[in-house]
Amino acid sequence: MKAAPFNYHLAQDLAHAKELLHEFGDDVKIIAGGQSLVPMMAMRLAKPANLIDIARLPELQNIQITEDKVTIGAGVKQSALEKHLASQKAPLLQAVIPWIGHQQTRNRGTVGGSLAHADPSAELPLIALILKASIHCESKQDGSRKISAEDFFQGPMWTSLQANECLTQIDWPLWSGAFIGYDFEETAIRQGDFAMASAASQIQVDHDGKVLKWNCGVGGMGGTPYQFDQLTNQFLGQKLSKEKINEFSSQAIALTDPTSDLHASSSYRKHLAKALLSRTIEKSLLMAQSNTQPNR
Amino acid sequence: MKNIPIELSINGQKVSATVEARTSLVDFIRDTLRLTGTHVGCEHGICGACTILLNGDPVRSCCMFAVQANACEITTVEGLAPERGQLSKIQDAFCEKHGLQCGFCTPGMLITCQALINKNPHPSESEIREAISGNLCRCTGYQQIVDAVVYATKEA
Repeated sequence: MKAAPFNYHLAQDLAHAKELLHEFGDDVKIIAGGQSLVPMMAMRLAKPANLIDIARLPELQNIQITEDKVTIGAGVKQSALEKHLASQKAPLLQAVIPWIGHQQTRNRGTVGGSLAHADPSAELPLIALILKASIHCESKQDGSRKISAEDFFQGPMWTSLQANECLTQIDWPLWSGAFIGYDFEETAIRQGDFAMASAASQIQVDHDGKVLKWNCGVGGMGGTPYQFDQLTNQFLGQKLSKEKINEFSSQAIALTDPTSDLHASSSYRKHLAKALLSRTIEKSLLMAQSNTQPNR
Repeated sequence: MKNIPIELSINGQKVSATVEARTSLVDFIRDTLRLTGTHVGCEHGICGACTILLNGDPVRSCCMFAVQANACEITTVEGLAPERGQLSKIQDAFCEKHGLQCGFCTPGMLITCQALINKNPHPSESEIREAISGNLCRCTGYQQIVDAVVYATKEA
C-alpha cells in the first residue's frame, strides 16, 4: 500500500507544466489534489514514472462569471467552489458539491482533477455532461483546444485528453430566464462514497408549464455518465405528467449498461437509477413551475 | 529518484527534511517526525484516521505526498492540547462522554471535530454528523462522539 518510486516535478507555471509533459511522453501523470491519484498509486493501480504537480499554479485558480457562463480554473478546489458566488450562478453545480467525497477530500480535490480522472460514478462529470460544459486543455505541440463534455468522456477513467495535454479550465454554461428548476439525487453506501447510482435534471418551462429546455442524465450506470438529449428533445413544447416522467425514465434507463458488484446487481442499479431519475425530474419540474422570477 | 528537500511547520515548529517523493505525508509525520498520534488506517482515503489540519483545513494525510505539503502549516493531534499533560476542550469532552473505545479513529475524529468547532463554535447535531461523515468509527456507533462535540460546544 505504498506508491512505487517516481520522480516529482513541481511545475513553476503552465508553460513549464506543458514543457514537462512534452518531455516525458507517455510515462507521466499530472497531480493536483491527488484525491483519486494518490490512492490509485498507493494500490499500485497507477505507477507513473513522473508526476507533475500543478496544484499551486496561479493560472489554474481563476473563477470568472460572465453573462452566459461560469469559467472555473482546473486547479480550483472543490471546497473553494462550495462557498463561491460562481456556484450560486450555476445552482446544479452547487447542489452536487456536498456529494463529492468528504470535506477532507474536497479540501484537496480539484474541479479539473475530478473531470480528468473521469470516474463514471463521480458527480462533476455527470453535471459537466448535463450542463454541456466545455473543457479547455493545452499542450506544447498543439496549443489549446476546447472539448465538449460529450466528447470528453470516453469510458471509465478514460477521456479524450492526450498524454501531453493539461486540462486548464472548464466553461459551465448558465441558463437565463424564469421557470428554471434543477435537482440532483444520489444513493451511496455512505454519503461521500462512490455513488451506486446518481441522477440530475435541469429544466426550463414556459408560463403554461410546457418544456422549453430540458437536460437530464445518470451516473454510475456504465463506463461514462449518460445524458438523454435524444429522449428529452421529444418532449419540448409538451407538459410533463407523472405518467410521462415514469415512461421517460424507463426508456432512459434501458439505454444504460451498469455492472454488478458486491453492493448492487445490474438490475438493482437500474431499478434504483430509474427511481432517482424520476424523482429529479419531478423535483426539478416542480421547482421550475414555482420559480417565476428570472434567475439573474 | 532523487530525494527532495521540504520545509514545513508542524504544530507551530519549523521542520526541514529530505524526503523520497513517494513518501506519503502520514508516513513522514509518523516515521520521520515520530509523531505517532496520527494513525494510518486504510491508506486510501476511506477511514479518516489520518486526518490532519493543512493550513487550517482538515485533509487526509494518506492521500498526499509529503512533498506536496512543502511550505504548509500542519496541525496533528499532538498540537491540540494547550500544554504538555493537559487536554484541549474537545479532548476532555471525548473523555467525559466516552467518545472512544479502542482509540484508533480518535486522532482523526478529534482533528475533524476541532476543524468543525473552529468554523462553527456551536454546531447542531446534524452539522456534527455531517462533519464526521468522512471518519469511520467501529466502536462507539458515533453517538458518544456527537455527544462529546455537543458537550464541548454548549454555551457556558
